[in-house]
Amino acid sequence: MPIKALTGNEAMAEAMRQINPDVVAAYPITPATEVVQLFAQFVADGKVDTEFVAVESEHSALSACIGAAAAGGRVMTSTASQGLALMHEMLYIASGLRLPMVICEVNRSMSAPINIHCDHSDTMGSRESGWIQIFSEDSQEAYDSVIQAIRISEQAFLPCMVSLDGFIISHCMQGINELTDTEVQEFIGEHKTPYSLLMDGHPFTIGALDLQDYFFEHKRAQIEAMENVLPIIKSVGKEFSKRTKRGYGFFEEYMLGDADICLIALGSCAGTAKVAIQELRDKGIKAGLLKLRVMRPFPYKEIVSALFNIKAIAVLDRSTSMSTMGGPVFIELRSALYDNPVHPLMVNYIYGLGGRDIFPRDIVEVGQKLENIKRTGKIEKMIDYIGVRE
Amino acid sequence: MTKPGWRDLAIGAILEKGGTALEFKTGDWRTYKPIWSQEKCTSCLFCFIYCPDFCIEIEDGKMIGINYDYCKGCGICKEICPKQAIEMILERR
Repeated sequence: MPIKALTGNEAMAEAMRQINPDVVAAYPITPATEVVQLFAQFVADGKVDTEFVAVESEHSALSACIGAAAAGGRVMTSTASQGLALMHEMLYIASGLRLPMVICEVNRSMSAPINIHCDHSDTMGSRESGWIQIFSEDSQEAYDSVIQAIRISEQAFLPCMVSLDGFIISHCMQGINELTDTEVQEFIGEHKTPYSLLMDGHPFTIGALDLQDYFFEHKRAQIEAMENVLPIIKSVGKEFSKRTKRGYGFFEEYMLGDADICLIALGSCAGTAKVAIQELRDKGIKAGLLKLRVMRPFPYKEIVSALFNIKAIAVLDRSTSMSTMGGPVFIELRSALYDNPVHPLMVNYIYGLGGRDIFPRDIVEVGQKLENIKRTGKIEKMIDYIGVRE
Repeated sequence: MTKPGWRDLAIGAILEKGGTALEFKTGDWRTYKPIWSQEKCTSCLFCFIYCPDFCIEIEDGKMIGINYDYCKGCGICKEICPKQAIEMILERR
């Protein structure tokens, strides 16, 4: 397997090249990253057979993707931040019509104030849109997940977005263990749909008006489809790891086995947290990390069982829900633990908004505070902020 | 007729036939009804071009009437008609 030095953007674009989708429709609105630009170069150089549709907005980009997917095509696009927000209306159309497709999404903050740097507000803002959401710690994971996402999405008949952290990963170079083009093609297989707008002599209606007497049933079926995604992610991940020795589940457990306090993080911060966990262990604190990979569907049963022996939890959220109840991961995890016979103490740290850096020392401090919470059983602040000036 | 449960529906709310919008008659949304005067009409077909619901019926290049099954009474045909051949009247049901 060749190893290439690639940025996160390049890694995602390279996965797209190897997937060789039928259609890519995209628009580079600010603050888009290079993914589309790099892929457009592959198209111009004749390295893919893709029909590249340059559109006038992200709304149109996803609209074109929806049409192409309904026509039976293997479809991909890429966006970030306001671009994903501009797609918001069409996100629901794609998932509601049960059309498989993959977005390579770069996590970047939502304006205002204007900011183009990393946080998870864009992706988290779409978490109720019916898309499968997979976060990546680094470029390798993003590359691997984009390839797996094709299979997951097409098997589940649900669209999927794979995200990586803006700048921190998207513009950072890393050695990527690549699969060969043939291996990728073998892994993703042929795209098969039970129906296609281009089927001769078999007309059907897609996107018809669906009123009080049917809409609810269609949504119920969509929820069921989401329930069925977890086993698909598991089996696709297993098959991928057979080929690559890189295993992927719903989350990664890092030094969690004997831990009594646990940090929860997703995205690039998980890498920083691993360093901090080592340092906490050196100080005699039994800390562990649960790195969440799959945000949608939320694998709550599996997370709860992985946290069974944990006495205190700190959730690191790189976005806020603006509900005043903390970040999205914190809120969902707290809810997931409600039925547990024992309730661990839980705190939430919002960090890194608008690309504010987070350092191992910040997370070590979180671990020390958490250890203290475990010992005293007292929580002074349920929701706190890392690195914000008072 | 019992309606199917959620497990029995086609994926993605697909309907296994085309042209289903024909079965959804939007004429009853109308408040004002366009009345066409055959005498004044020159069949310039401006109304045909502008009608958002394809409700202007034509035959051999001539206007022959209005399809009230789908006409929502927007009045664009009246506004666009150069011969004042369409009048909008309040429709009482």
